[in-house]
Amino acid sequence: MFYRETGQFKTSYAADQQIFPIRQDRIGVGLVLLLAFLVVPLTADEYWFAAILTPFLIFALAALGLNILTGYAGQLSLGSAAFMAIGAYAAYNFQLRVEGIPILASFACAGLTAAMVGILFGLPSLRIKGFYLAVATLAAQFFIVWCLTKFPWLSNNSSSGVISAQKIVIFGYVFDGERDKYLLVLSIVTLLALAAKNMVRSNTGRCWMAVRDMDVAAEVIGIPLLRTKLLAFAVSSFYCGVAGALYAFCYLGSVEPDGFSLDMSFKILFMIIIGGVGSILGSFLGAAFILLLPIFLDNTLPPLAHLLHLPFDNAAVSHIQMMVFGTLIMFFLVVEPHGLARLWQIAKEKLRLWPFPH
Amino acid sequence: MQFFFEVLIGGLLSGVMYSLVALGFVLIYKASGVLNFAQGAMVYFAALSLVGFMGLGAPMWLAVILAFATMVVFGTLTERLVLRKMVNQAPIALFMATIGLAFFIEGLAPLIWGNQPRALDIGLVDEPIEAILTAANMVISKFDLAAAGLAALLVTGLALFFQYTRVGRALRAVADDHQAALSIGIPLQHIWVLVWAVAGFVALVAGMLWGARGGVQFALTFTALKALPVLILGGFTSIPGAIVGGLIIGASEKLAEIYIPPVLQSLFGGNFGGIEGWFPYILALLFLLVRPEGLFGERHIDRV
Repeated sequence: MFYRETGQFKTSYAADQQIFPIRQDRIGVGLVLLLAFLVVPLTADEYWFAAILTPFLIFALAALGLNILTGYAGQLSLGSAAFMAIGAYAAYNFQLRVEGIPILASFACAGLTAAMVGILFGLPSLRIKGFYLAVATLAAQFFIVWCLTKFPWLSNNSSSGVISAQKIVIFGYVFDGERDKYLLVLSIVTLLALAAKNMVRSNTGRCWMAVRDMDVAAEVIGIPLLRTKLLAFAVSSFYCGVAGALYAFCYLGSVEPDGFSLDMSFKILFMIIIGGVGSILGSFLGAAFILLLPIFLDNTLPPLAHLLHLPFDNAAVSHIQMMVFGTLIMFFLVVEPHGLARLWQIAKEKLRLWPFPH
Repeated sequence: MQFFFEVLIGGLLSGVMYSLVALGFVLIYKASGVLNFAQGAMVYFAALSLVGFMGLGAPMWLAVILAFATMVVFGTLTERLVLRKMVNQAPIALFMATIGLAFFIEGLAPLIWGNQPRALDIGLVDEPIEAILTAANMVISKFDLAAAGLAALLVTGLALFFQYTRVGRALRAVADDHQAALSIGIPLQHIWVLVWAVAGFVALVAGMLWGARGGVQFALTFTALKALPVLILGGFTSIPGAIVGGLIIGASEKLAEIYIPPVLQSLFGGNFGGIEGWFPYILALLFLLVRPEGLFGERHIDRV
């Protein structure tokens, strides 16, 4: 009843081709953006900005990057955290070594640097696929983190590669409050997410999906495999790189290479599995789910154990957390391989006919 | 030169330990086409169960049997609850499911048995062999040699099993084509339970050896990360490949760790240790560019 597209006639090509062709979607996205840009900054407190909202947006961006590569182009990568690390270190170095570079430009350059490294590590994807490629991306993960730790130039000779992000100044305005940083991250993520949404429905995105579904067939119908795959690697790494730069500059402030570990890569992978492989919305849902779950468990497990008179300590919480993560991954892959995004889609289909389904 | 040989032999012997873990991967991949990322976690779980049962007062042989039984139960449950429901899904989805499985085990094992590192004594000592030390002045560990012998035994046994027994043939048939195997009457589910049990056994052996060497602790799960480059080098489907790959990786990684950092240091300054972490991967990656299916892997022909 509320979600019905009947009667919405398109009278121009522009209207037919817009990103959100259904009016309810446009209103919904508008409301969400309004909420995120106006209501949240006015109501949320420091803790929410610093500990939940900003990291959520940053990880959603990284998940979006991985989703472009894995969900749309079908190339599984286990090295997304390493590309975030490149972004963080590149942004730091651009700020440090290029005189007077605007911070947004250095974020963009960080993304481009990550994209170039991404292309380099994407090259093997032309010869190898599937598991072999997944293992090959582990090479990127280990090698990049090692390089960042061992080459002192990259971290300006700081001990064990720790860098402290510079101040964020745009047009003379200093972004140092948590709310300012949140708004900055939100703007960047919104722009990039809309770009991604647009990209995946264009020729580029359709090529990616064709390659994902069957690369030999895609090649036969004339899609250049080399360009398509490398473009997916580049775009994905760009997103991860920008996410990494934001992670260092807007979230943690100071980072070390070991922070971008394999575990973080897995976490990002879990986000897209749970959120929905091959869905932009899914990246956001998955990021929210994976970030909120530990907080939820931290708050519910101790009282629960207390209630049942079980012995309890912090180590057990982290173990149970891992088990819950593992179980959820298997559960989603078995029951709903398209993740939370698919559930949302089903809900929309139900809403279309509600309350009179017949 | 003598130092070179010492490093080389040490590397080869530790490579055998990698092959042992890689073997578990190959077994499951051969029989079900699943790259089981949880193999490292299984190594940890098996070793921890063994130590746990010994801690409860069971003698060694009983603890081994109990730990093996645990792995069999565990493998059966995995097959029943996860894999059976994912038949016909993309291999990469199955792979991601095993990542989930790895997380599950890594949480479960310390929850049951506690997460303190524990020592495991299997009656082998890690000391140099006197005869070689005096004759050639090289340090070759008794422990490494025994481990290598055990691994060789296991591999030969498994290779013979796969090649010459009825069950082995059935396993290979299943790996080739699930549906065709089913249609000629091979019980798919039994085969899978069996292969998970065998993989559990291999994990137990690997866990015993690794655990006796460095203590039973969480770091055992990282053995999987050591075994992956071995696998891509040797090919996912080949048991001899796992061994040869292990030897190549073990030797080259130790040699690289000794000889590459000084070169880098003279070029850039600073400390460049810890090459071991990524060197096998880059090596395997370069190798893949030349032979995408690994040393002994089956060449795959794509059809539309």
